[in-house]
Amino acid sequence: MIYVKLFLEFLWVGAFTFGGGYGSIPLIRDVVLRNNWLTDETFSYMIAVSESTPGPVMVNLATYVGSSQGGLLGAVLATTAAVLPAFAIILLLMAVLKNAMKNPAVKATLGGMQPCAVGIILATGIWMTVKNWFPAGTVDLRAVVIALVLGGIILWGKKLFKKKVSALQLILISAVLGILLYGF
Amino acid sequence: MLLELFLTFAKIGLFTFGGGYAMIAVVEDTCVGQKKWITHEEMMELIVLAESTPGPIAINCATYVGYKEKGVWGAIAATVGMVLPSLAIIYAISMFLNRFLEIGIIANAFRGIKVGVGVIIINAGVKLLKDVPKQGLPRVILLCALAAMLLINVFALDFSTVWLLVTAGVAGFAAYRVKGGAGK
Repeated sequence: MIYVKLFLEFLWVGAFTFGGGYGSIPLIRDVVLRNNWLTDETFSYMIAVSESTPGPVMVNLATYVGSSQGGLLGAVLATTAAVLPAFAIILLLMAVLKNAMKNPAVKATLGGMQPCAVGIILATGIWMTVKNWFPAGTVDLRAVVIALVLGGIILWGKKLFKKKVSALQLILISAVLGILLYGF
Repeated sequence: MLLELFLTFAKIGLFTFGGGYAMIAVVEDTCVGQKKWITHEEMMELIVLAESTPGPIAINCATYVGYKEKGVWGAIAATVGMVLPSLAIIYAISMFLNRFLEIGIIANAFRGIKVGVGVIIINAGVKLLKDVPKQGLPRVILLCALAAMLLINVFALDFSTVWLLVTAGVAGFAAYRVKGGAGK
């Protein structure tokens, strides 16, 4: 049953999302690819949409995947499941386990998971970039150019524009580059 | 009061782009400055909690403030308020995104965006690097997770990302136990 499946999958996602919203991207990608719910391509479009609309990225992705698989009910179930662990853990820590976060064993366990989450996020980003350079065994130089331009803007944008470039602005720039390089 | 919590967080959810850290400033401004629901010290405690527990920081904030103000029902009202705007917006978008992508120029824009998303995720991961303690174990975990995740992607291995995180947590805990025996 799709509704139960959606709920359980996103419960796991919610429980293991570390490192803010970006921590959820590798986990949700894993879920949608394993279940054949979305292609990698549609999923990366959805990340862009999630970045360009208000609200946490994890919530936006959960809603989209839920809606694509089970309509409105699917969207509500996936989103609720994704949020539930964060909600329950904060309540538990505030109401019952007030000192749990100071417990050295808990700290050590979380201390192991945090760098792991960062490694997973980096690897996912690298893979999602490089994969586009070699579509179906060929080399797409235009994708390489787009990645290099964006990388340059991230590295030197602060000096160039005297302001940090936001994710939303990077998406807009890559959209313009896409139109320029792949044609109107 | 419950309604006020709900509406306040719905407003925060509706006007916060990029989630996570952009949101902290808005919550601080609204809940500490204007509404005086929590103190500045509580806000600091909340940030530490939100960063070390799973789930988006936005959700953690809503649950925390809601609970402080009005117990479990307050937590529910604030969290639902935070999630609802994104859910509604993404659900609406999900209904026409596919038709939208059939337009040629949009499809080309998204070919650029697809590359941009990868770069943005790398950028997010690089920013998180500074939170990783400069010690042996976290660094080893980070590199192992990065390598493992790349291998999983390149060879399309059937290995859940959650298990990587669990393994890292166990490693953190085990290292603590080994050291703890000598320390105390």
